[in-house]
Amino acid sequence: MAGIVGYGAHLPIYRIKVEEIAKVWNDDASAIKNGLNISEKTVPGRDEDAATIAVEAARRAVKHAGIPATQIGAVYVGSESHPYAVKPTATIVMEAIGTGNNVMCADLEFACKAGTAGIQMAIGLVDSNMIKYGMSIGSDTSQGRPGDALEYTASAGGAAFIVGKEKNEIIANILKTISYTSDTPDFWRREGASFPTHSGRFTGEPGYFRHVINASKLLFEETGMKPSDFKYAVFHQPNGKFPTNAAKQLGFSENQIKPGLLTPIIGNTYSGSSMLGLAATLDVAKAGDMILVTSFGSGAGSDSFAIEVTENTDGKRKRIVPVSALIEKDRKYIDYSTYLKNRGSIMKT
Amino acid sequence: MEKPSASLWRKIKARYNLIGNECKNCGTRYFPPRIVCRKCGRKSKMSDFKFNGDGEIVSFTKISVPPDTFKDEAPYFVGVVKLAEGPQVEGHIIDNGGKIAIGTKVRAAFRKMYVDGDEGLIYYHYKFEPV
Repeated sequence: MAGIVGYGAHLPIYRIKVEEIAKVWNDDASAIKNGLNISEKTVPGRDEDAATIAVEAARRAVKHAGIPATQIGAVYVGSESHPYAVKPTATIVMEAIGTGNNVMCADLEFACKAGTAGIQMAIGLVDSNMIKYGMSIGSDTSQGRPGDALEYTASAGGAAFIVGKEKNEIIANILKTISYTSDTPDFWRREGASFPTHSGRFTGEPGYFRHVINASKLLFEETGMKPSDFKYAVFHQPNGKFPTNAAKQLGFSENQIKPGLLTPIIGNTYSGSSMLGLAATLDVAKAGDMILVTSFGSGAGSDSFAIEVTENTDGKRKRIVPVSALIEKDRKYIDYSTYLKNRGSIMKT
Repeated sequence: MEKPSASLWRKIKARYNLIGNECKNCGTRYFPPRIVCRKCGRKSKMSDFKFNGDGEIVSFTKISVPPDTFKDEAPYFVGVVKLAEGPQVEGHIIDNGGKIAIGTKVRAAFRKMYVDGDEGLIYYHYKFEPV
């Protein structure tokens, strides 16, 4: 099966702390921080959107892969905040990374898992020899209704992955991928609506946990693997608590999920969430390490991957901009008014 | 809402990727691209050249009284950047907390430049970011 030949990530520099949002709504910040296991989140700059984040991540992925962008035969962008309702983000990305015009492109939407769905599509195209390399990106500037619990977590960021099948280029083999999917109305946003609506606690058990747990178990069944076979595990991270609980239910330790658990300090980057977690884990993984990745998208479904890091990873590491560096670099803390301005909620008349 | 023009569409490659050109006769590089080399005239042999976007600030200014297009962005910085691969280029400079000064090293980032109301196009462009 095809493997990962390069990846890249991007995070905005702006941050807002839970305390700053809680102050506006008279919420108990410490209760929220403990309840959601989150302390701050990223906020897009006024000149950033899902397309600019996707391009920055994609350019880093091409550089990391060390391949000519012209050999990328497919570009998929998963997001629930595509800048246009009609006009693809993927065409902006293909032009900005310079694939040339002989390329398959499409925008994908499956709540927070459209990016991992794109990886599965790219694997199929590469394995069937229809293309040499395929790129999938998860990128979002996600929306949270003011005063809603989501406002504390909905953040911005993205990651891009390139898959190919040249053995000497693959930094991580994708051994198996499966999906667990159902029609579950846990979270949605209607056409033209500014903010998503969710079913409160219903998003937990019937939504997140049912799909994440079952997809992971299905992967174990089909590969014959068990949690102790994996050095690391990455789960979709709508908050800091859900992935920790899912890991515990499946039998993973805190150490196994630690490198990829980013939501407590960057928030929920939606389509970027599990992919940024995988990028952060690959940043520190060594040859031979096994990684489980299980994404989740409301509506609902999970994609699960068994990934094995190869010896090529060290040779390419110097070309990576690590996720940890993006988290630390140039952080700018903003107040709630600036947050509203950056989100486009207030403007000069 | 503006109607996008063909001239704008033709500038996408330059705006996204800093694609200028180079005269193969004398090696001079240009951005934005020129039809004829300033030095070689009719002996020009112009060919596309993609600049990697690395450079340093040679001049800058802070805009506090912006045109309507950027009324929500002020204050913001614009400047002239000397690209490592040749020409000097004008552009917006992202205030990322890094030092904006003459000599500051920058890279070309990809950002939104301008959004045409609620129904028009979104214009993407390079901006320079201190590194």
